[in-house]
Formats: sequence, structure tokens, C-alpha cells
Amino acid sequence: MTFLWAFLVGGLLCLLAQLVMDFTRMTPGQVLVLFVVVGALAGGVGLYGKLVQFAGAGASVPLPGFGYTMVEGIGQAVRHKGALGLLTGGLTAASGGIKSAVLFGLLASLIFKPKA
Amino acid sequence: MQGEKTPYWLMTQKMMPQRPIVKNALWAFFVGGAISTVGQGVLWFFMRHGMTAKEASSPTAVVMIGLGALFTGLGWYDRLVKRAGMGASLPITGFANAMVAPAMEYKAEGLVMGIGARLFTIAGPVLVYGMAAAFVVGAARYLITGVA
Repeated sequence: MTFLWAFLVGGLLCLLAQLVMDFTRMTPGQVLVLFVVVGALAGGVGLYGKLVQFAGAGASVPLPGFGYTMVEGIGQAVRHKGALGLLTGGLTAASGGIKSAVLFGLLASLIFKPKA
Repeated sequence: MQGEKTPYWLMTQKMMPQRPIVKNALWAFFVGGAISTVGQGVLWFFMRHGMTAKEASSPTAVVMIGLGALFTGLGWYDRLVKRAGMGASLPITGFANAMVAPAMEYKAEGLVMGIGARLFTIAGPVLVYGMAAAFVVGAARYLITGVA
């Protein structure tokens, strides 16, 4: 059942991003930035967490999930360490993704040649 | 985004080709949904091996990013982006694609300013504003509730 929700929610988020891009004529980079910020905001008011709960990867794999992850991480860090957590929590929670993106990205750029 | 609606701006708007909005949206929906479903499969795999859904989301991101980087290197992912737009770019695999594609293309400019800098052409802004937004949201919750 979660698989169906993952498909629908993941698909709808992408559809929404595509509509934003087509109607506003933003560049892909601008749309990605917008959606990360929206994910952080929706995470802050508790909406995105609910979406992740029932749609799983359908909400966590699209980029707003990245903003949400950082907000969640900040929340957790502040509970443990106080205000310093505002600075350390976001990247701690997102570190697996960021570090693997840099490492895999570097590796792939070194190994592969651009296709003409 | 645009400034004033100058005659020139209106002219460029008229000259721009019309986008097939419905077709683009459908492609984005199905491809984005499919990639998310693959992600759910990876998440499910980690959960079967004893992780909670929360614990499993980080390794799932790692696997999806690895796949995105690999398929970009092989030249497949850019074709998918061309067709599915945000359906391929919005999932985390697309984040990997946005890092690898420019880095690979500007490889000739060297390891430092070629690959090293171009990895962050798109990822840089996403990280900057993502971190800033998360900080602001976290700080606001901290001020309002006392806990974030």
C-alpha cells in the first residue's frame, strides 16, 4: 500500500514542480531551490512529516524531503544540545546524502566521459 | 521573475515556443512516481533488515544518489531529464544528476575549477538556500516553542 502512495505522492510533487516551471518559466535550478525551501517550511509546521509517514519514499526521495530532513535534524539537535543544535542539526541529518553525493559525483565525473 | 512588461519582454514571450504543458506534466508525474517507487523499494529493503523507517531514509538517499550518479555517467539520465523534466530532476537521483552532468562536461577545465567547482553549479544554490531555510524555520520554532 505504501508503494502506491509513494508512486502517487512522488509523482504529484514532480508534476507540481513541472507545472511551476512551465507556468513561471523558472529555470530548473530555481525550481529545485524553491522546492527545498518549501520542504523546509512544510517540515517546520509538521505537514511534511505526516506526508513522509504515509507516503514514505514518495515524500522523502523528492527534493523537498531534503529540506524536511534538515529541519527535523535541527529539531532533534536542539532538544539534545540546545541552541547550538540550530547550527549543527541540519547538516548532521543530511550528512549521509550530502557526503555520498559529493563522493559519488566526484567518482562518476572522474570515470565517465561526457556524451556528445 | 521578470521586471516590467516592456514591449521587448512581450515580444520575447510571444516568440517563445509554446510548451506542451499537459504532456510535460504527465511525463513528470509518471517518471517521478516511478523513481519514488524505486526509492520505496530500497527503503523497504533496509526496513526488512531491521531499520525503522526513519533510520532507513538516510541509506536510501545514499543508494538513490549512487544510482543517479551512475546513470548520469552512462549518459542515460540526461535523456530522461530531457523527456520527464522535473519528474527526473526533483527526485534525489536528479540532485546527483545535477552534480555529475556539469562536472563531467567541464572536466577539461581541470580537477579543481572543472570538476571541483562544477559539481556545485546546481547543488550549491540548493544547499545554500536549503540550509538557510532550515535554519530560519528551526530558529523560528525554537523562539516560539522553546524547543525546535
